[in-house]
Amino acid sequence: MSERSALTLHAEGVALSYGGTPVITGLDLDVTAGEVLVVVGPSGCGKSTLLRAFAGLLPVAAGRVTAGGGVPVTGPSRDRALVFQDDALLPWRSARRNVELALALRGVPRRERRAEALAWLERVGLTGKAERLPRELSGGMRQRVQLARTLAAGPRAILMDEPFGALDAQTRGTMQRLLADVLVDAPATVVFVTHDVDEALLLGDRIVVLGPDGVAAAFRRDERPGLRDLILAELGVAVLKEEAA
Amino acid sequence: MTAKLVRPASLAAALLAWHVLTAADVRLWMRFDRFPGPLDVARELRRQVQHAQFYEDVAQSLVRILTGFALAAVLGVALGIAVARSPWAGHVLQPLFEVVRPIPAIALVPVAILLFPANEQGIVFITFVAAFFPILVSTRHAVRALPLVWEDAVRTLGGTRARVLATVVLPGVLPGVFGGLSVGMGVAWICVISAEMISGDFGVGYRTWQAYTIVDYPGVLVGMITIGLLGWLTSGAVELAGRRATRWLPRETR
Repeated sequence: MSERSALTLHAEGVALSYGGTPVITGLDLDVTAGEVLVVVGPSGCGKSTLLRAFAGLLPVAAGRVTAGGGVPVTGPSRDRALVFQDDALLPWRSARRNVELALALRGVPRRERRAEALAWLERVGLTGKAERLPRELSGGMRQRVQLARTLAAGPRAILMDEPFGALDAQTRGTMQRLLADVLVDAPATVVFVTHDVDEALLLGDRIVVLGPDGVAAAFRRDERPGLRDLILAELGVAVLKEEAA
Repeated sequence: MTAKLVRPASLAAALLAWHVLTAADVRLWMRFDRFPGPLDVARELRRQVQHAQFYEDVAQSLVRILTGFALAAVLGVALGIAVARSPWAGHVLQPLFEVVRPIPAIALVPVAILLFPANEQGIVFITFVAAFFPILVSTRHAVRALPLVWEDAVRTLGGTRARVLATVVLPGVLPGVFGGLSVGMGVAWICVISAEMISGDFGVGYRTWQAYTIVDYPGVLVGMITIGLLGWLTSGAVELAGRRATRWLPRETR
């Protein structure tokens, strides 16, 4: 729906702290335009913090975060949309009006918003639920609305923070297939954070394992057989290191 | 169904008890021999509603309370948001609020008389001060309790700070704000009536106090009942507006 191109993201020697505690030090990471990069790691390793830094919601303690080839990230922007685990919809707005908000912020004229919002909701399989309030929808449906709202904003990078982490296994599977499907025609780079290795293997073009000292390992999907075991081993090592520290 | 029977029955029982106690001139430590009964009060009320003065007093009190309350609502919400969201506004205003807040609004009567050219503004000022603080404090708490994720979501969709204020903060604080508005309306009535009793020359409070000074006890009770009804109506209006504005809340917490 937009001619805007996917965005590259770079982290260079980045240190981040969350609530005064350092969670990441010396992280180097390049995300190429249009790829789906999945970041896995044990909880507390700073996956979400890293996403907030890419989104421009959290200033770095050291190093540099840049987007689109060297442009420093200084604050949030429509280019880099963040998708949350749950409860990110405005509860007083219906599904349609939540999507319309993204369209309004993109500058879509008022009279075109309704039709476009309904089209986005249809795209995520929510035809007929447009006038429901978030609390009248299931957790999976709410995440569909959030996905529609994010896509409607026309971001060049989508930063997803365990978006299906609060869903039951069956709904999660459906949502993973839906996401893979809608991303095909969205010209956006995706950074997807999860602790679920199978989700990483399903969605990621590239998978990065984050440990206490930054990137512990990086894999390309289908790079070699037995990747799942390799990642699990890497995660095991990462967990052990963290416990030793 | 029970509510429809019990509620009027409760009121009727209270009226009956009142009638019996006063008609029998009961003197059991508490004395009802000179206290007007419901029939005396009803007679007095019927007499008063035939005179324009009754309506002028009601209108006067309503104008005062609604002016003070509206000012308090606008400033209380605006400054509550400012103090909660801007550290700078917090540093400038918070100390002032903390010092002035414990002063009962009615204790400001001498200040109001000194400051304002006419009684009218003074009474509105006192009503305003009374309603302002509950609204300010509840707004401040509501802003601080807003989930950060709503603001983060709107900002990463391209929303500016002003946009966040209009689309997230203002609608998001409404449930908390209406709590403050309800309390504010209650104390505003207390203060408008007290202020009228002290320094008014019209209004339901003034008329009630007048009746007391000329030993017209049924008149006093008519004044009290009028205040009660007006207070009930205005609080009801605030409650209704609140329920309409926060329909999105789950029913349990509404």
